[in-house]
Amino acid sequence: MSLIVDIKKDFGGFYLDVEFEAQNGITCLLGPSGCGKSITLKCIAGIEKPDKGHIELDGRVLYDSEKHINLPPQKRNVGYLFQNYALFPNMTVRQNILCGLHGEKDRKSRERQLEDVISMMRLGGLENHKPAQLSGGQAQRVALARILVSQPALLMLDEPFSALDGHLRDSLKIELRDMLYNFGREVLMVTHSRDEAYNMSSAIGVMDDGRLLTMKATKELFADPGSIQAARLTGCKNIAAARKISDHEVEVPEWGVTLKTAKEVNDGLSAVGLRAHYFNTGATHNRYPVVFVEEMEEPFETIIQFRFAGQDPNSAPIWWRLSKEKRPRIFPQEIGIAAVNVLLLYE
Amino acid sequence: MGIDWYPLWNSLRIAAISCVLVFFLGIFFAYYAAKLPRSVKGILDVILTLPMVLPPTVCGYFLLVTFGLRRPLGILLAQWGIKFVMTWYGGVLAAAVVAFPLMYRTARGAFESFDETLAYSGQTLGLSNSRIFWRIRMPACRQGILAGTVLAFARALGEYGATSMLIGYTPGKTATISTTVYQLWRTNDESGAFFWVMVNLAISAVVLLAVNMLEARQKKAVRK
Repeated sequence: MSLIVDIKKDFGGFYLDVEFEAQNGITCLLGPSGCGKSITLKCIAGIEKPDKGHIELDGRVLYDSEKHINLPPQKRNVGYLFQNYALFPNMTVRQNILCGLHGEKDRKSRERQLEDVISMMRLGGLENHKPAQLSGGQAQRVALARILVSQPALLMLDEPFSALDGHLRDSLKIELRDMLYNFGREVLMVTHSRDEAYNMSSAIGVMDDGRLLTMKATKELFADPGSIQAARLTGCKNIAAARKISDHEVEVPEWGVTLKTAKEVNDGLSAVGLRAHYFNTGATHNRYPVVFVEEMEEPFETIIQFRFAGQDPNSAPIWWRLSKEKRPRIFPQEIGIAAVNVLLLYE
Repeated sequence: MGIDWYPLWNSLRIAAISCVLVFFLGIFFAYYAAKLPRSVKGILDVILTLPMVLPPTVCGYFLLVTFGLRRPLGILLAQWGIKFVMTWYGGVLAAAVVAFPLMYRTARGAFESFDETLAYSGQTLGLSNSRIFWRIRMPACRQGILAGTVLAFARALGEYGATSMLIGYTPGKTATISTTVYQLWRTNDESGAFFWVMVNLAISAVVLLAVNMLEARQKKAVRK
């Protein structure tokens, strides 16, 4: 069971060039809006036609420019949960779900599957409601029910939480994740939120400007993003140009520091990243005098901005994020960061 | 005095048939025009909308030039016994040409505001394109399509210029309400003209009432 995607498309001013292979489980495409994530999904679904390339799902060729294969969306057996859920406004919940069952000719079996999915998705009592009367969470469940009954080989979700209120989002995330794992087939999800990507997925592909930069297991990606864009997209706040000094040491001119690293530094290093959560007043390594700049409080955490003593005063300050109870009373003279938390970023 | 009801019957039949024709043609062109690239759409749009801004007599002129009995197409059609000049079904042609842009433009506006992701999601669910069109796109655009149909019907019913050019006025044969009103007025039959004016007013009132009722019912259905 695998999805192989290798597509190129020229939009005039925007060039999509994406290549990846996704295995079972939930794979997430993470990238800023306009980076080509949704278009990639549309190409896989057959709604958008790439200029050239190859798309294969579980050994079935969905698209191949050289062999002139381009299956229509109807024949691809790919489920697509749209950002706005795309429920048919003129139909009731029941009729909407039945659209996913149109291939089932046996009336009894159709009714049974309909009832099963309605109870599974907790939609009982809403059968005769119109989409306009549903809450965001209900609409999402109807849209998913409609897709699940059509038994797709691959399920694609385009920003599944963007249409939901904040407080709903977290509970639905857990619910959806459990359901997707139970679904047992490949899931490809698109999001711009690193939290959602981290919560939901087993692997993440980082996209930027029409390109897939890297694809890794989720935890591995956060521990070692590898490139500047990937570091930024996984939420790394402090990134500065750096150059290699030795196998385990880099110099960061902008910050006026040299940092020891746990990983071996390769040639061609372009920058280092320090995650805002990982600074430590008690660290023994990479300890430098610092100057306080500003502080911003959040409900449970606080963000402190500082500069290294030797840092260019015109450069962006460093972000340090910590929970409030850990915040020192007096701003420390020196702050350090463990060598293992120095992210090495290459182009 | 026995009233000759022929103009009423003829007008209704011309308006109804041309309305059905225009309904399908308008939707067909609107659907494909909405999908075309901007530049081609602009040109097609001008051509398809021209009959709306041209004086109906100019449309009638073009129809005569095309379908006139001494013109190539007219001669060709006459071989199969089809004559659009001085026949009631010529009136259908005239009314359809003049009413077409109203249907086309309103339907196109409706199609353009349609959320295309609905069609995409239908496709990924495996629904056939024709089913998506009739069961999802058309119902979602029904307001605009209904409005276009009513406008086209009303316009076809009131058609005078192109109709009088192409089929003239022959009592009991090509007479419609609007040509009858003019003919009676011209021949100083003021009460006759007044009678047909009232008939026309009654029909228009019924059409408008029907539209309002339909709209009210739809609003109720949406709220429910």
